[in-house]
Amino acid sequence: MGQHRIRRGRLLLVALAGTAVLLAGACQSAGESSASGDTTATDDGSTITMWTRSPTATFSQTLIDAYNKSHKNTVKLTVIPADTYQQKVGAASGAKKLPDVLATDVVFAPNFASKGVYQDISARVNTLPFKDTLAPAHVKVATYQGKTYGVPHDIDLSAVFYNKVLFGKAGLDPEKPPATLDEIYAAAKKIDALGGGTDGYFFGGSCPGCMLFTTWPMIWASDATVLNEEGTESTIDNEAAAKVYELYKKMYREGLVPKSVKNEAGPTWTQAFSEGKIGIQPMGATALQLFKETPKLQIGVAPIPGLTGGRNSFVGGDVLSIGANSTKAAQAWDFISWTLSEDAQVEVVAKNKNITVRSDLADNTYAKQDPRLATFNALAGEGQTPISVNFGKTFNDPNGPWTSTVTEAVFGSASSASVLAKHNTSITESLATGG
Amino acid sequence: MVSVLPIRPARPGGSTTHPGRTPVSGLGRRRQRLGWAYSAPMAAIVAVFFLLPLALMLWMSVNHWPLLGASYPNGVENYGALTDPFFLRALWFTIKYTVVTTIVLSLAAFGMALLAQSARPGTGLFRTAYFLPTAVGLGSASLLFYGLFNTESSPLNTVLDRVGLGPVDWLGTNGSALSSTVGMITWRFAGFYMLILLTGLHSIDPSLYEAARTDGASRWQTMRHVTLPLLRPTLALMMVLSVTGSLLAFDQFYILTGGRHDTATLAIDIYREAFLSQDLGRAAAVSVALLVVLILINGAQLRLLRRKED
Repeated sequence: MGQHRIRRGRLLLVALAGTAVLLAGACQSAGESSASGDTTATDDGSTITMWTRSPTATFSQTLIDAYNKSHKNTVKLTVIPADTYQQKVGAASGAKKLPDVLATDVVFAPNFASKGVYQDISARVNTLPFKDTLAPAHVKVATYQGKTYGVPHDIDLSAVFYNKVLFGKAGLDPEKPPATLDEIYAAAKKIDALGGGTDGYFFGGSCPGCMLFTTWPMIWASDATVLNEEGTESTIDNEAAAKVYELYKKMYREGLVPKSVKNEAGPTWTQAFSEGKIGIQPMGATALQLFKETPKLQIGVAPIPGLTGGRNSFVGGDVLSIGANSTKAAQAWDFISWTLSEDAQVEVVAKNKNITVRSDLADNTYAKQDPRLATFNALAGEGQTPISVNFGKTFNDPNGPWTSTVTEAVFGSASSASVLAKHNTSITESLATGG
Repeated sequence: MVSVLPIRPARPGGSTTHPGRTPVSGLGRRRQRLGWAYSAPMAAIVAVFFLLPLALMLWMSVNHWPLLGASYPNGVENYGALTDPFFLRALWFTIKYTVVTTIVLSLAAFGMALLAQSARPGTGLFRTAYFLPTAVGLGSASLLFYGLFNTESSPLNTVLDRVGLGPVDWLGTNGSALSSTVGMITWRFAGFYMLILLTGLHSIDPSLYEAARTDGASRWQTMRHVTLPLLRPTLALMMVLSVTGSLLAFDQFYILTGGRHDTATLAIDIYREAFLSQDLGRAAAVSVALLVVLILINGAQLRLLRRKED
């Protein structure tokens, strides 16, 4: 028995030692940001690792293929499912295993910048002669405490999509998109009256991301705000916002939208429009490449209007940064700076019907061929990207405070104004805690 | 592997000497070493994949541990997550879901097992058909049903529309989302539990049924006094599996509802704390609570089973 005890004791010791090692490793703090005045860009045949989230994969890969063909360096891309991107970066940051280049969803960029995931690239960005033409909304989210941590990678902005075929059938001018929210309502009503499975309007009522992406520009275009400058307080309890959600409520109650909008969580929110059944729907610009025009569907695009005019857009997409632990910052910068060059922006980005991130190239050859691209390019310079460290948990969580706010405001029985007043504090509380 | 060791003969009258206390002969020592060697891989697996993560989870639950950034001990502050209204709603919903699923699933599986029990022509086909959904991953099954439950394009609604039952809002309220999900889970798991019950049914001695028939027992009496008592261990195993699986439910609700309409389970709460609020410490505290609930319920179930066996 004594022998057994000793052996059991030894086993316990080994287990405890193992636990201690594991804990010591896990307790290490996340990567620290390494400030750098270095501005070199090196193309010496190195291999650069890069991560991107799944929705951006095709865009990133197209740029990488063009770069790898024309440079000695080789960029190797790893695509990470969008839902797990944050935790993957979090774990890699703790273990100091971040890649050389990261493409991050703009809304998460302030959080990563504040937690030391990225290297300070202010000096490098300052060397770019065209730095003032970079999409201002993206540059703003990638700037933390006066330092620049990223540059725009791809842009997906929200705009009004409308079906010209249904506009024609309803006696509306297909070349004159609605310029106010009242005009959107009036057009949706006429199109809805066509019947035959046609609806005037569509939105993703159970998709918190879709709702903020498409309705916040309406509030901004009405000269009101949603968040304060620092992204620490909700300001959505205002008259313009209440009117916007009251209009949505009215369209839902009057049946101008399909009943399914209440449960539309995102995955199928552009399906009905692509089948030519919807008159008007604000959505992301990248959807334009996905839709196939048919005799039932001819797509027109327009900026998202405010209550009585104005225009705005939610400028989403990704920013490119250098990982805090990268030892190949000069090589990574060679790739990043190339992606912003005229060659890459026009011959790769614009040629593939994507939005250029430089306003001086907005009027490029490919944009001239398709006026819809010109509309998007113009919006990239005018739109906004809200900044907040706790954006994800407050606004993207299907169980978060924003989801309950927008669901109650649009589908509930109380007035939108009272719902916004009721939930404003819980949104602010969520913005201020955690992360 | 073929054992070369002689089988130890049984000692007549039993032995009071513990094998570990016998003077260790060369053969005994060899057997002991071999015993350790045989159990070492499993012990190592349990230590690395269960004990260490468990210790880490307990440690995390008493630390402020953000997804990004440094961690530091903060006592029992994280356990404040257990008084959060979201946690309490998730706990209540998880219990409700577990009870409903276990009852529905058990009845469906038992019915199917009785149908597919006897070897008649075509039974094999039915057994295969009942078991087939088990081959579909839970994530894939949830996505498949997400398509079926979509109000606008649901083929189910098209059929219901034709027979005048109108389109059904499958996931729009707490009640409808719960029953739709339970339906999907029953489709996915009933075949698997049927298989477990079939093995139990087949292990019942047919002569007992003969005897019951000879004694003039009705079908219901045979079921009540022969089948059910002898099936208890199998039923208990099925219950333990079903209750554990339901308490840990995540995929189905994450995909079908995302936790909307108060359909968030405890596992969704853990995911939310860890990856949306980025607070691994609070997530670990909720995990500890879930572990305690699991131990209590499974312990009670196993105790009940043992008592019945006695």
